[in-house]
Amino acid sequence: MLKFPIYMDNHATTPVDPRVLEAMLPFFTERFGNAASRNHAFGWQAEEAVETGRKQIADLIGASAKEIVITSGATESDNLAIKGVAEMYREKGNHIITVVTEHKAVLDTCKRLEKHGFDVTYLRVQRDGLIDLDDLKRAITDTTILITVMMVNNEVGVIQPIAEIGRIARDRGVVFHTDAVQGAGKIPFDVNAFNVDLASLSAHKMYGPKGVGALYVRRKNPRVLVAPIIDGGGHERGMRSGTLNVPGIVGFGKAAEICRQEMAAESVRIRALRDRLNEGLHANLVDIHVNGSLEHRVPNNLNVSFAYVEGESLLMGISDVAVSSGSACTSASLEPSYVLKALGTGDDLAHSSIRFGLGRFNTEEEVDHVVRRVTEVVTRLREMSPLYDLVKEGVDLKKVEWQK
Amino acid sequence: MAYSDKVLDHYNAPRNVGALPKDDATVGTGLVGAPECGDVMKLQVKVNPATGVIDDAKFKTFGCGSAIASSSLATEWLKGKTLEQALEIKNSAIAEELSLPPVKIHCSVLAEDAIKAAIEDYRRKQAEADANGNGTAAAAGEKAATA
Repeated sequence: MLKFPIYMDNHATTPVDPRVLEAMLPFFTERFGNAASRNHAFGWQAEEAVETGRKQIADLIGASAKEIVITSGATESDNLAIKGVAEMYREKGNHIITVVTEHKAVLDTCKRLEKHGFDVTYLRVQRDGLIDLDDLKRAITDTTILITVMMVNNEVGVIQPIAEIGRIARDRGVVFHTDAVQGAGKIPFDVNAFNVDLASLSAHKMYGPKGVGALYVRRKNPRVLVAPIIDGGGHERGMRSGTLNVPGIVGFGKAAEICRQEMAAESVRIRALRDRLNEGLHANLVDIHVNGSLEHRVPNNLNVSFAYVEGESLLMGISDVAVSSGSACTSASLEPSYVLKALGTGDDLAHSSIRFGLGRFNTEEEVDHVVRRVTEVVTRLREMSPLYDLVKEGVDLKKVEWQK
Repeated sequence: MAYSDKVLDHYNAPRNVGALPKDDATVGTGLVGAPECGDVMKLQVKVNPATGVIDDAKFKTFGCGSAIASSSLATEWLKGKTLEQALEIKNSAIAEELSLPPVKIHCSVLAEDAIKAAIEDYRRKQAEADANGNGTAAAAGEKAATA
């Protein structure tokens, strides 16, 4: 039994797992204490729940509970990591290395630091979306204080060589941060095996609630320090002040625990669904192009450009399916996806791209329905497309002089 | 972003999708926009050379729902109009009819550009034909319509 609309936009957010919601509820009404209230049972109860959640989050990434700083979400975690390191290590240097395909939470934070005298290198990516490790090595100088590279890209799902980057950073004595939002809970991630010093995590990307995230901050080998960006009370070992979102943390912890326990089996199932979607589309349609490496890719992502068809009109046609597009028409800024641009995809194919983010609750039946619907709509829109006409006439679209 | 009913209607049941023979002397073809901008419209008009009236119009569009609706509406409005009347069609009228939000106004502008391009193409063909001694009837017909 299909339920509509079908949700396949799990990179944007995920539904809260019923088990997570169940764990959270008592902390809204009965166990509602402030975890910082040290003098009564309400506070102690809340604190205990927070520490359980903290440990569950740490266990997901091979860290210790003391290394988990709770934030309001990964955007805040990215800000804390980058600005916190910039301030703390300013005496050592002012150079930061990142990548053009990072999330705006990283890029915009770096842009702000540039205004305050920091020097930022934005590494390019290859066609498959991966950075070139030699480019990274060459970019490091003796004033480099931070390398920040996301583990998994939110648009094309491409996995960067985090362990190798970590090794390079460790060798050169540079702090290494990774935005692990789209990878944690989906692929194995151990902060020690990967030589990671800081990692941003988000609850609502792993079937937990919105409004809570974490920053992993390494305490040993080496000890990493971040200056806080929020002052007021000194919570989270001085790194992040503010009353803790107890129900959120409980939910985040439970979500992390479920991921840790179920990841191996779940990733096999979801990869099979993603591959079924990919194969189904390829079987039915010509001139479609997968954006980013299929090999180094998180199991639930598929990003496809459908030539001669614009993304927003495609989304309109498959109105019973929730996905997103790299088309300018679907973005608030009216710019096409900068990630696809960085992959060398070409604006025309960027406008024609659809991002599918599969998840825990998607089924084979849903995938088959989506393949059918996308096939129908792409076919119909191609019949309406002047680009398709030109191609059928044998015209090379790259040689046309467009009247803009 | 919710679409207006009219945009959805044109998207789901577009009017006049198709093509007219490009080499026909009475057909004007306008091709505007660019793939890298995410909007390309091809608009064609078939003009009755004796009366200077647009007998038929067809479109094909690569673009969002609002772009498709704008060009579909344009073909609806073009049929039965003289070339002069067609050139009076303003993007603001298209935008108002479709209740386009501010971010989509440019789609209606492109539709107006497409209309002008199609008519310009037709006139250029007629002028060339005139120069070659053909189509005097068409030129006379158009002059009569615009008088």
